[in-house]
Amino acid sequence: MKESKEELIGYLRKMMDIRLFEEKVMELLARNIIKGASHLYAGEEAVAVGACSAIEEDDYITSTHRGHGHCLAKGGKLPEMMAELCGKATGYCKGRGGSMHIADVTKGNLGATGIVASNLPVAVGAALSAKMRKTNQVVLCFFGDGASNNGIFHESLNMAAVWKLPVVFVCENNLYGMSVAANRCSAVQDMADKAKAYDMPNMICDGMDILDVKETIKKAVERARKGDGPTLVECKTYRYFGHSRSDPRAYRTKEEEKEWRNKCPIKQFSKKLTDNKILTEEEIAQIEKQAEEAVESAEKFAIESPYPDVRELMDDIYAPSPADLLNGGAIR
Amino acid sequence: MREILYKDALVEAMQEEMKRDDRVLVMGEDVAIYGGAYGATKGLYEQFGEERVRDTAISESAIVGAAIGAAITGMRPIAEIMYIDFITQAMDQLVNQAAKMRYMFGGKTTVPMVLRTEGGAGRCIAAHHSQSLEAWIMHVPGLYLVMPSTPYDAKGLLKASIRDDNPVVFIEHKMLYAMKGEVPETDYIIPLGVADIKKKGSDVTIVAYSRQLHVAMEAAAELEKDNISAEVIDPRTLKPLDLDAILTSVKKTSKLVIVSEGYKTCNVASEIAMLVMEHGFDLLDAPVKRVCAVDVPVPMSPVLEDAAIPNKQNVINAVKEVCQ
Ligand SMILES: Cc1ncc(C[n+]2csc(CCOP(=O)(O)OP(=O)(O)O)c2C)c(N)n1
Repeated sequence: MKESKEELIGYLRKMMDIRLFEEKVMELLARNIIKGASHLYAGEEAVAVGACSAIEEDDYITSTHRGHGHCLAKGGKLPEMMAELCGKATGYCKGRGGSMHIADVTKGNLGATGIVASNLPVAVGAALSAKMRKTNQVVLCFFGDGASNNGIFHESLNMAAVWKLPVVFVCENNLYGMSVAANRCSAVQDMADKAKAYDMPNMICDGMDILDVKETIKKAVERARKGDGPTLVECKTYRYFGHSRSDPRAYRTKEEEKEWRNKCPIKQFSKKLTDNKILTEEEIAQIEKQAEEAVESAEKFAIESPYPDVRELMDDIYAPSPADLLNGGAIR
Repeated sequence: MREILYKDALVEAMQEEMKRDDRVLVMGEDVAIYGGAYGATKGLYEQFGEERVRDTAISESAIVGAAIGAAITGMRPIAEIMYIDFITQAMDQLVNQAAKMRYMFGGKTTVPMVLRTEGGAGRCIAAHHSQSLEAWIMHVPGLYLVMPSTPYDAKGLLKASIRDDNPVVFIEHKMLYAMKGEVPETDYIIPLGVADIKKKGSDVTIVAYSRQLHVAMEAAAELEKDNISAEVIDPRTLKPLDLDAILTSVKKTSKLVIVSEGYKTCNVASEIAMLVMEHGFDLLDAPVKRVCAVDVPVPMSPVLEDAAIPNKQNVINAVKEVCQ
């Protein structure tokens, strides 16, 4: 492994943070402390952490309804995230977005969307902007296998390819779009194949192996930075929980779930670190304990935070503009 | 009479129509194995098989377009769009194809399809899953618009919609699926374009539909204690709209309040208010009032979400203002 020990520890910790955060969210949903919907990322940690470790801090990502992992991997903080999920004023979006719209724009996370595939053209635009501004930034665009059947996926890939934009399309193929298996609703079985229609290079990696994800995305990022245009990377992965809280998971088998649990990205990576004598089991347990404490303190922060003030309901709909002066603003 | 859930009333309606007419098919995301995100297609797949109950890809535009194509060539498709917020992706098919085909082609084709979808706030799922976009639909010539408020209405109206030869947008409310109500076991339909007086009264007319009907009913019950007798009318279909029923009521009460969960600007209520002005200005003793959602993307936080949509007190206040 060519990464430094600190880097490797950082990856492990991030994956643990995500896993424990998601387990805590599950618990808070059951206790009705978190309301609404939450789409949990547990099982897919290696994708977000691997991908985000292949880019720089000032690069961008666009995220999805399953966006907690992306947010954390791009430098998001647990307390602000948990507060957002609880609809609290101290959350990343002042409690207005909740789980599905988590965004930390200051860290280059351009936002999560509740509309499947609607983040793809936004990534294209951000990449266009980076290219025109000559900043050498790249954009990682996360989306699911299901999203790749949506029309806007194809329109976005085409435009990015024609304009040779610095964007990496990261398809998180967890085998299902809600209850519908990818092999029942997609004409090709490797989503990566869809790049061929746009004469775009594609790559497939093991989405349960953080280093494989990182290496693969890195190549795509290098292409993008050199001005060679977009790549479609498919990461084969699996979500451990149901699609959202009320999903009985009748569409998949216990055996399949068990098989993928055995490929747990955190377990695999931990084993690699101990096998290579980089960390001991005690050290790993220690890191897990730190993650646990961090998640607990995020929970405490979120629960103790106040709800937004109802008088702020109408704030931020519009940016300040000269129209504010018309009719005392009543024009709006 | 037996009581069943709103969602089960919808299932029954589709079940009966699928049995009656083998041209009827159901398609949409997660409608087969999963039984619909809100359980409104549960059991159909088991009963009718995958030929007639189809899980689709997440391809809203293709779902609606395919329903149109099937409809104009002899089938009677029911397409489900999981949340009305996602019709944004299917708007071209709905607005430019479904709505206009019959007219553009000289009346020589019909588009007998139903687009079932759901809408409304109340579950803290934020701005992409909580909207009430019915005004968009009502705006477009060529589409019918149905919004049932009770299990009884849901079943009767869905059956009528499936039998109708027009493209019908049928909007359910996410907070009503688990509501129980009396539903006959017999085959009945509720004709499109006929309003229902949900409560008789003499002092003020409240027009309300979908979930807000229940908010209006609660307000009416409370107003009763203040000796204000409200008549509550549920149009049930917003297009065609039963304006006569509304005017008849206003003739009796001379006052009108309209309640809707859609954004206030260009709301369904704005249209109803204007129609009453045009056709019954002389009947009115006070300016019409509308109680609508605030013009704000629906926020996730429970306190903000509550503040964004109408509640009982808003309706009571509006009624008291017009009754002064
Ligand atoms: C346009 C649109 N259609 C449908 C939905 C409902 N929905 C939310 S997530 C989802 C499945 C998405 O599957 P995929 O893209 O594979 O991502 P995953 O959930 O597996 O991460 C569906 C159908 C939506 N949010 N937006």
